[in-house]
Amino acid sequence: MSGTYLGMPAFPEAAKKSVDDRTLRANLRHATHTIRDRRAEAVAELADWAQLREAGARIKEHTLRRLDHYLVQLEQAVTDAGGTVHWAADADEANRIVTGLVKATGETEVVKVKSMATQEIGLNEALEAEGIAAYETDLAELIVQLGQDRPSHILVPAIHRNRSEIRDIFAGQMGRWGRPAPEGLTDEPADLAEAARLHLREKFLRAKVGISGANFMVAETGTLVVVESEGNGRMCLTLPETLVSVVGIEKVVPTWQDLEVFLQTLPRSSTAERMNPYTSTWTGTTDADGPKTFHLVLLDNGRTDTLADTVGRQALRCIRCSACLNVCPVYERAGGHAYGSVYPGPIGAILNPQLHGTGSEVDASLPYASSLCGACYDVCPVAIDIPEVLVHLRERVAETGKGHRAERAAINAAGWVLDHPAALTAALRAASLTRKLHPKRLPGPGRAWTDSRDLPEVPAESFRDWWKKNNPGGTAAPAAPAAPAAPTAPAAPPSANPGSPEEGPR
Amino acid sequence: MSPATPAGATGPAAPGTGAPGRSTGAAASSASASGTAARDRILARVRAALSDVPAEERENPAPIDRDYLRAHVPDDPEAVAGLLAENLADYRARVHRTTAAGLPALIARLLADRGARTVVVPPGLPDGWLAAADVTQLRDDGTLTPARLDAVDSVVTGCALAVAETGTIVLDAGPGQGRRLLTLVPDHHVCVVRVPGQVVASVPQALPRLDPRRPLTWISGPSATSDIELNRVEGVHGPRTLDAVLVTD
Repeated sequence: MSGTYLGMPAFPEAAKKSVDDRTLRANLRHATHTIRDRRAEAVAELADWAQLREAGARIKEHTLRRLDHYLVQLEQAVTDAGGTVHWAADADEANRIVTGLVKATGETEVVKVKSMATQEIGLNEALEAEGIAAYETDLAELIVQLGQDRPSHILVPAIHRNRSEIRDIFAGQMGRWGRPAPEGLTDEPADLAEAARLHLREKFLRAKVGISGANFMVAETGTLVVVESEGNGRMCLTLPETLVSVVGIEKVVPTWQDLEVFLQTLPRSSTAERMNPYTSTWTGTTDADGPKTFHLVLLDNGRTDTLADTVGRQALRCIRCSACLNVCPVYERAGGHAYGSVYPGPIGAILNPQLHGTGSEVDASLPYASSLCGACYDVCPVAIDIPEVLVHLRERVAETGKGHRAERAAINAAGWVLDHPAALTAALRAASLTRKLHPKRLPGPGRAWTDSRDLPEVPAESFRDWWKKNNPGGTAAPAAPAAPAAPTAPAAPPSANPGSPEEGPR
Repeated sequence: MSPATPAGATGPAAPGTGAPGRSTGAAASSASASGTAARDRILARVRAALSDVPAEERENPAPIDRDYLRAHVPDDPEAVAGLLAENLADYRARVHRTTAAGLPALIARLLADRGARTVVVPPGLPDGWLAAADVTQLRDDGTLTPARLDAVDSVVTGCALAVAETGTIVLDAGPGQGRRLLTLVPDHHVCVVRVPGQVVASVPQALPRLDPRRPLTWISGPSATSDIELNRVEGVHGPRTLDAVLVTD
């Protein structure tokens, strides 16, 4: 089974390890650059991309603002179509429901479609604890499961693995789970895909229970949608007698028509295709075609907390395309594991601290795992302003005492000094007079900050002193600059601004 | 509707055919008492979280502005059919064009080239389509199992419609298409699309013509994966060969 995220170190610590791993960095760089270029081409094909993006954002925002209404409507439609709807407030509740449903069938194994929601709640581990084997059937999830690894990307969970690593995993591990890899397996992607086909086929053909997530749920019709490429989704959704779908409550859209937006924006943003190879839609159960029994488990697990934050709410628009991961300079270097969650990258950095709260080291550090460059916002097909939410969450982390102690002390001190003009003047003079003694790097807790940054130089005299000297009897100095006081105030040295006061430092 | 068309596979929600029936039974049982509690708790939390939304907006939400295009290509049936062929081929479907008269011979050739000896036939497939093929026909009566289908060489079906801009064929389990597993388990799928009758330009044009109550399968090329170094590889679990046959009305 895949590893756990419990006890993950804070982002900077976890990232340091991956940044030092040259193979990982090469794998990530190759993969993210390939996909981001292709995405740009796929998006450029549509002249109305900006309008589709706005419409996607509007539909999702509209839905979130009436979420209770649409959930009740969805429940009714699914029930009318022969399905059963369950509600799960948290991961434990969802796991209990699903485990109970599987046990009621008498089966001890299930086949799974790739699903972020079931990874989020640790369903495989919960099933295993009850003696039920859950087989992941997406190729990348299979790689992760066989390698006893953790997913590191939303779309391509094994993005951190190259072909020769995958070959070794298949050759070494497939036999322990079922049909072994063919003799003399090469590392050609086509051969690896063939090995996965053979290994999983026997599992599909005998499966009695399938477990999935869903990309969309249509409230007016009760229709669920799964978007995929390999056909493993179709296998899991079609062949078993019982189907259980675990879906976050934010996945609902109001109308059948709304799919016309997302079925255009999701494939192009995600795999850079005009359309993904297979999309399945189903509404309840159908006589003599597909599962006889269908259960939908609606999952909260922190989503209502996210919904309650009027700035952070927009994170729930996410359609899990992973375009933001592929353009993120931090993700490209740190990799997905450093985020300590099934949701890595920029979207993970705003989703995890909201779904879980900022109680753990890693979740409290995620809002800082960004350079705020904004590339994620530019590519987001539902226009989530990720930088805005990051800054908002930094504020929350700082306010709840999870921020850096020394940083908080420094900000408090600066605040006091700026409130007291005499103290400010004294501090500025002291800073100028002690220039020669200033170290190149900060001591103590500030040291890490200067690992990759230069301290600004302190000018020989403060702007206020310079103004007084150059305007004897003139008007009072203009309002103090907005820059913080403290020894590192970046007031430019007068020597660099030899002109008249009008041209002087602002 | 020409005789070569699978009945009910053309128009919006195919009047007269309706949605397939629903199974009842275990699935319809209501949620448990604890489930009701969870439901009420979650809905209450949602409502509390949305206390900032004005009542007026919650009761009478403004309609969603949709200023995107309904299609990205001009309404020219021949050009749209050409685009469908091009996009299907771009994602590695094998595309063939023929007339109604040439269809049986083309299907026979595709099956022979493949060396197919057994072919699954969904209910409602027009009789003539396989008239020239020298194969054993396995007619689905609803009892074919996945294991049995795994031993079959090919499947021949019609479709509900096709989307040119995305190179997509949509099946709705209607006549001439059959249960979903028929087009999933065999490794070779021959799919017939009537041109221009079953072809739309875009996704926004496709959805109103499809019935969401039917189980739909949207197919854009053969099964594929990009999971290994993001290289696209055709052929994983679904049919690895897709022959798309565009038949001129």
